[in-house]
Amino acid sequence: MGEYRVIEVKQSVFAANEKSADQLREEMKKKGTLLVNLMSSPGSGKTTTLKKTIAALNGKLSLAVMEADIDSDVDAAAISETGVKAIQLHTGGMCHLDAHMCAQGLEGLNAGDVDLIFLENVGNLVCPAEFDTGAGVNVTILSVPEGDDKPLKYPLMYQVCDVVLVNKIDVAPYFDFDLEKLKKNVALRNPKALVIPFSAKTGEGLDAWTEWLSRKVAEWKSSQ
Amino acid sequence: MHELGIAFYLIDMVEDLGKQNNLTSVARVKLQLGEVSGVVPTYLLDVWRWAADRTELLHGAQLEIEEVPALTQCLSCNKTYATVTYGRICPYCSSEKTELIQGLEIELAEIEAT
Repeated sequence: MGEYRVIEVKQSVFAANEKSADQLREEMKKKGTLLVNLMSSPGSGKTTTLKKTIAALNGKLSLAVMEADIDSDVDAAAISETGVKAIQLHTGGMCHLDAHMCAQGLEGLNAGDVDLIFLENVGNLVCPAEFDTGAGVNVTILSVPEGDDKPLKYPLMYQVCDVVLVNKIDVAPYFDFDLEKLKKNVALRNPKALVIPFSAKTGEGLDAWTEWLSRKVAEWKSSQ
Repeated sequence: MHELGIAFYLIDMVEDLGKQNNLTSVARVKLQLGEVSGVVPTYLLDVWRWAADRTELLHGAQLEIEEVPALTQCLSCNKTYATVTYGRICPYCSSEKTELIQGLEIELAEIEAT
């Protein structure tokens, strides 16, 4: 046994993941498929929003869905009912998905040349924001009952997202929820994020959301 | 279990270093952890013991955690202050335009190995 020596490293724990994520983004760009990472708390309405979005995009954009959960396949089953190709990924106890798991999922999904793939991340406002999945755009869903102060409590989630979908906006009158205050709180963390008031139930904001998605898909394909 | 994922990443990094430097045993791994990184040191130490001991290279390796205090800089008056004590609003000039300048680090600093 030789002498122990100190080796200096100074590298972020996320460096390897960030490299894989950049690689995955490059591959997806070549394919012309936009990967959309959907993040939120549990119960904010990710799956319902997806179902509504799939119906609205029918005939306009081709798409597929990856559902990530710690366990169970209830979400993938719900999406499969819409006729869209879906796969369930199990993170095996882990609270997030990383770029490597995401790449494996895409291989398993084998969606071909679709325009758009939604990744429904594990319901959690902390860890999914730290691990870059390799997605082209990041979307956070915040539902009205969660409160307008969430961007202050979970700053990183709002720093990494391109869009905040404010879901369940139809019930806002019954809660102490101030949309203007929310917009201000989001802007403090991320002035570039677009805030869209939305209701997966009534369809409010659906046009603004699907138009944004269509525009992003077009931009993604033209930057190949 | 956020900490478990971090432990696996750390172990992968050290194993890569082990291959590059022909290491046979790692005694200590030093991690710099930001105060507002969201990682709970005691949880990380718990899962570390279990995860590190599963590997040959890191069996018994000690995880040393050095905390990096969180600091925020005010964009209006340029002063810096302790993030956890004062939060988002500058204690000097009450500005809301502030930026976290350190405290999110999760960084492998050094290893001691043979």
